[in-house]
Amino acid sequence: MKLTDYEKAMFEGEHGRAKARAMDLLVRYGEALGAERLVETNNVAGAFNASTPSVQAIAQKGMEHIYSELNLDSDEVVEVPHMVAHTCQLITGIDNDNWELQGVDKSLVDMQRANEKYLGRRGVNMFATCTPYQVGNVPVKGEHCAWMESSAVIYCNSVLGARTNVEGKESTGAAALTGRIPFWGFHITENRRGTHLVELDVEVDDMMDWGLLGYYIGEVIGEDIPVINGRSHQPDLIKLKHFGAAAASSGGVEMYHIPGITPEADTVKEAFGTRKIKGTFRYGAKERRETYEKLQSSTEKKVDFIMLGCPHNSIDQMALIAHMLEDKKIHSDVQLWVHTPRAIKQVAERNGYIDVIRDAGGVVMSDTCPAISRRLPAGTKVIATDSAKQAHYLPAITGVQGWFGSVSDCVDAALTGQWNGRA
Amino acid sequence: MDIATEAKPETIVLKGRKVVGGRAEGEALVTTETISGWGGINERTGTIIERRHEMRDVSFAGKILVFPGAKGSSGWSAYFHMTRLNGVQPQAMIFTRMTTKIALGAVVTRVPAITELDQDPLTVIETGDWVVVDADAGTVTITKKDRS
Repeated sequence: MKLTDYEKAMFEGEHGRAKARAMDLLVRYGEALGAERLVETNNVAGAFNASTPSVQAIAQKGMEHIYSELNLDSDEVVEVPHMVAHTCQLITGIDNDNWELQGVDKSLVDMQRANEKYLGRRGVNMFATCTPYQVGNVPVKGEHCAWMESSAVIYCNSVLGARTNVEGKESTGAAALTGRIPFWGFHITENRRGTHLVELDVEVDDMMDWGLLGYYIGEVIGEDIPVINGRSHQPDLIKLKHFGAAAASSGGVEMYHIPGITPEADTVKEAFGTRKIKGTFRYGAKERRETYEKLQSSTEKKVDFIMLGCPHNSIDQMALIAHMLEDKKIHSDVQLWVHTPRAIKQVAERNGYIDVIRDAGGVVMSDTCPAISRRLPAGTKVIATDSAKQAHYLPAITGVQGWFGSVSDCVDAALTGQWNGRA
Repeated sequence: MDIATEAKPETIVLKGRKVVGGRAEGEALVTTETISGWGGINERTGTIIERRHEMRDVSFAGKILVFPGAKGSSGWSAYFHMTRLNGVQPQAMIFTRMTTKIALGAVVTRVPAITELDQDPLTVIETGDWVVVDADAGTVTITKKDRS
C-alpha cells in the first residue's frame, strides 16, 4: 500500500508508539482489503467503552491495555494520546443511571465510568448512542468517515451522502489516533451507484411501513445497493432511521438511493450511473404482508416486555409516546423501556415527557439497548417492539418470543398486557 | 482405475490472493452460509450459535474455516478477535466475498487467510478434507478425505 511521507513517519514511530501501532493495523487491514492507499478522515464513531465481563480482566491491568489490545490489536501496550480525529462513542452496554434495572453488577458500572473518564479526557465524546447523527455528529456530503454500527453507516452513506464502510472496533481505534482509514469500498465514488431497482406498488407512509420495506429490501438485496422508485410520501429522519436499520439487519445493506430524496441522485438514471441494473424487485401488498409475518416470532398473545426506541428515539418519538401515555398506567405484568440518546433525554426531561412516561410506569433508558446489553427485565418471555431490528435480533440473542408492530400497537400492548397488533 | 492411483489420495491445488500471511494446515469446516460475529458466534467456545444457521452448535476452533464471508453487525472483528484471545479461533480462513468486516476480522484473528481463488472453494473443499493454506504463496492444497 502506498503511504504518504507523514503516514510513513507515523508508521515508523516518529509520532509515538500508539500511532505506530495504529498505522501497523491500518496497513495490515488495507492490504487485506486490497486497498491502494489510505484516506484522511476527521470523523470517527466507534466502540471504545469497556462495559462487558469479558473486558474486566484486561481492565484490571489498566485502561491502556484495553485500547492497545481491543482497539489497536497491539501486543505492545501503548500510552494512549489524545485522539486526532473528531471521535465519538457509539452505543454501549450499560445505562449509567438505570443499571440496577438492567441487572448489571456494580463493578461493571464502575469499570464503564472509569473507562469513560479515561477516554473522555482523550477526546472520545460520550454520545453513547447508535444515532450520533441525532446528537451533533452530522457529517456533510462527501465527508470521509470511519463509522461502526450498521444502522448509522447506512444513514451516513445514504441520507447524508457522507462516505464510510462498516468499520470495526480496531479500525476505528486506529483511525481516531491517526486520522486515516483505508480508501476502499464506499469511499470511492463508482462503488456508490445503485445495483438493483425496487419498484413500490404499495403506499409506504408511516414508520412501520418504512420498517417493513427496509426489512424486505435487506432480505432480497443482501449486500447490494437498492434504488427505490415510486414513493408516494416524503420520509423524514425517523422513518429513514428505521428503514435503514431494518435493511441492515435482514441483509447487509450499507447504502441506498431514493431518487429526489437522498443526496446523490435526483433520478433513477443518476442513481445507477454507468452501472447496469442487476435486477428489479416489486414491493406490493403481498410482499408487505409476508414481511410483517416474518417479523413475528411469537404465538403467545400475553406480553411482558415492551421495547421502544431502536435505533434510539428522536425527541418527536419521545413526544408521541408521552402523548399516548398521558394519564394512563401500563399493565402491572408489563415492563416498558423507551430508549433515547442521553442528550435527547435531557430535552425530554425538560419538556415533561420523562415524567409522563415514568408516571405511567415506563422507564426511559439511554446509553444502551437490550440487543447490545443482552439484558432484559428478569423473566421476560414475550416482547413487543416497534423496531424491526430488535424483532430480528432479540429472539435470536436472548431466546424470547417477539411481536413487531406500530408504536401505537406497542403502547396498546403495554397498557393491556395483550398483543392486538395489525399489519 | 488401477490400484496405484486408487491408493493415492486425491490432491487439488487452488491459487488465490493473500489476505493475511502465514501457513496453516488442518481439517476443513465448510459452510455455504455467511457467518455473523456479534450475535452469531460464542467467542468463548468458537461455536456458531445463530438460530437458523446450518452449522449451529458446531465449533470452528482449530479448523480451516471455509465460508462465503461475514455478515451482520460491525462487531464482527471484535468477536473473532475475542476467539483468538480465548484460544478458540479457526486455524485459517478461506472465503469468497470480500468486505471490510471479513478483512478486519481475519487481520485481528491473526490467522492465514486467502480469497479470490481460481475455483470455488465452497464446492471443491468438503468438511473433513485436509487443507494446507499457504497464504504467502497464495495456495490452498486440498487432500480429499478418505471415503472408504
